[in-house]
Amino acid sequence: MKFYRSHILLGMSETSIEAGAKKIELALKSELSKRNLQDEIDVLETGPLGFFAKGVCLKVYPENVLYENVTVEDIPELVEEHFLKGRPVKRLLATTTRVEAYDFNYKERNVLENSGIIDPEDIEEYIGVGGYEAWEKALLKMKPEEIIAEVKESGLRGRGGAGFPTGLKWSFTAPIDSPEKHLVINADEGEPGTFKDRLIMEGDPHKLLEGMMIACRAFGANKGFIYIRGEYKLCIERLKHAINQCRSYGILGQDIFGSGFNLDFDIKVGAGAYVCGEETALIESLEGNRGNPRFKPPFPGVKGLWQTPTVVNNVETIANVPTIINKGAEWYKSLGVNGATGTKVYTLMGDVAMPGLTEVPMGITLRDIINKYGGGMLRGKKFKGALVGGAAGVILSDKLLDVKMDYESLKEYTAVLGSGAIMVMGEEVDMVEMLWSILRFFRHESCGKCFPCRLGTQQLYNIICKIRDGEGKEEDLESMILLSDAMVKSSFCALGQSPYMPIKSSILNFRNDFLKRIK
Amino acid sequence: MKTLADLRKIREKAQNDMKLRNSETRVKVVVGMGTSGIAMGAREVMKAFLDEIANRQLHDVLVTQTGEKGLSSMEPVVDVIIDGVNSVTYGNMTAEKVKRVVAEHIVNGNPVNDFIISTDK
Ligand SMILES: Cc1cc2nc3c(=O)[nH]c(=O)nc-3n(C[C@H](O)[C@H](O)[C@H](O)COP(=O)(O)O)c2cc1C
Ligand code: SF4
Repeated sequence: MKFYRSHILLGMSETSIEAGAKKIELALKSELSKRNLQDEIDVLETGPLGFFAKGVCLKVYPENVLYENVTVEDIPELVEEHFLKGRPVKRLLATTTRVEAYDFNYKERNVLENSGIIDPEDIEEYIGVGGYEAWEKALLKMKPEEIIAEVKESGLRGRGGAGFPTGLKWSFTAPIDSPEKHLVINADEGEPGTFKDRLIMEGDPHKLLEGMMIACRAFGANKGFIYIRGEYKLCIERLKHAINQCRSYGILGQDIFGSGFNLDFDIKVGAGAYVCGEETALIESLEGNRGNPRFKPPFPGVKGLWQTPTVVNNVETIANVPTIINKGAEWYKSLGVNGATGTKVYTLMGDVAMPGLTEVPMGITLRDIINKYGGGMLRGKKFKGALVGGAAGVILSDKLLDVKMDYESLKEYTAVLGSGAIMVMGEEVDMVEMLWSILRFFRHESCGKCFPCRLGTQQLYNIICKIRDGEGKEEDLESMILLSDAMVKSSFCALGQSPYMPIKSSILNFRNDFLKRIK
Repeated sequence: MKTLADLRKIREKAQNDMKLRNSETRVKVVVGMGTSGIAMGAREVMKAFLDEIANRQLHDVLVTQTGEKGLSSMEPVVDVIIDGVNSVTYGNMTAEKVKRVVAEHIVNGNPVNDFIISTDK
């Protein structure tokens, strides 16, 4: 690897390209070679540089000097003064170091509209921003069938990974005549790189509780459980506190608001197995058993927790419900595209300048998410690919940067939205390493109940280790695809069906990375 | 057991309380106390605000907490809201930076540009 004494970062955006950023890049490079500095000073294209400034901007590392309004005519002077003589050119220095305003996108938020605004430990702040209005409406002004019809109409689909229509799920359980029914919230959030449910629960716990109340009313449950991973200590603390507040305000309990409806919630802390996020394993674990998946059918909606009809929903799914009831299905449908309605919370990590989490309407492109909310690529790296949807997701190549992120558009490319985790990878990431870590994860997390997955995940791991050690053959790639495909057809639960997607997509999109290790 | 009317009253009271607080307190400091924020030192930042405000005997400043906004890489994140309208979001806060924010922004009304990551939620 070359060692550069200094790096020049060039902020590339639509506006700076219009202002001549590309010409300046060429001028810089030729001036540097003219002075024989090309091996000492590197010029890199990056996204927004993160400060307010005019025209084409440069940032020089390691000095961290910022220049603005640079023109081609300035280049000879700049190179001579700064890079030869080491004196920054005063007249070009940026007048402010103020960062470019980050857009938290609160105006389009729904699930996370209060997170980062209100005090999550004070129920009155939640009530003050309109909290529990939807619950009042659902309980006193709407019939349960009307709630289900509204949620069906909204087009809300599960945000836990599989994307099943939520209203439809409730409508299967609603007509069943049973003395007891249950709602179980899946807050296990085991998908690597996903932490959206955590933000919802610790930032606005009442939002989840209100959604749960409406759901319970809709299909007739009097008891709700939140199954939450043990690492989420702050969420557990805040949820417990929020449930107690609801009880003391009479929002939960017996004969709520004189409606005759009784409801209470409880929290169950999980012990951290990925498979316990699978709904039937989750139910087993909730009952106090080892978290092994159950045979389906019967589906949980018919026979779930303690053999009662049980709806399992993800945290984000349910946190969408209060706004749907408040603002109506029509409003919800107006967000999003292609039959994918509402907003989606994405967790963004890896080689982006500003990792974090954002909520945007369905159907935004990967490029927009990276540039607008992730601050562009980290230190001007070139985009190579992105793992979308966690370990069970798909590795997309740069060809898919401009594909709209919704269920249908992604399906065309046999990709999935999954839990909304986006791991961005720069040019130097080796897909063999990436796939190796994914397959190691599955081998570790297979529960061992059925042999296709128990042996299959081990075998896949052995093959990728062989390739990684430089002892693989090209046929091994096809073997991995064939084996994981067989696992899709024969595994007992969706965990064993998951390795196929990352294997197929990484080999298809980045075959060269694998061949390099083979030859 | 609460009735519908009770709930309405709670809501009205809550809304009035919030208004009241806005008029009584000139400045509201809201510290992001999510898991990432706390891991990056949000508790220390909150304590620094409380100490600094006590030292300077500022009686019209209220310090509260909230959840995460989502920009995990810039935690701890703090909002300073003056007169209930002008909201400025600071990122990468430290106890040291708090001193400047209190002196320059809260006392003298000049937001500290170097630490701002966003204005107006
Ligand atoms: C191995 C495995 C892990 C899963 N992990 C989670 C999880 O952590 N959180 C979640 O909400 N759903 C998870 N799911 C999906 C659930 O089985 C279920 O589909 C979901 O909770 C239904 O809620 P929804 O319809 O609201 O999305 C997982 C599925 C599998 C097969
Ligand atoms: S597919 Fe894997 S995780 Fe699922 S039951 Fe079989 S062994 Fe267990």
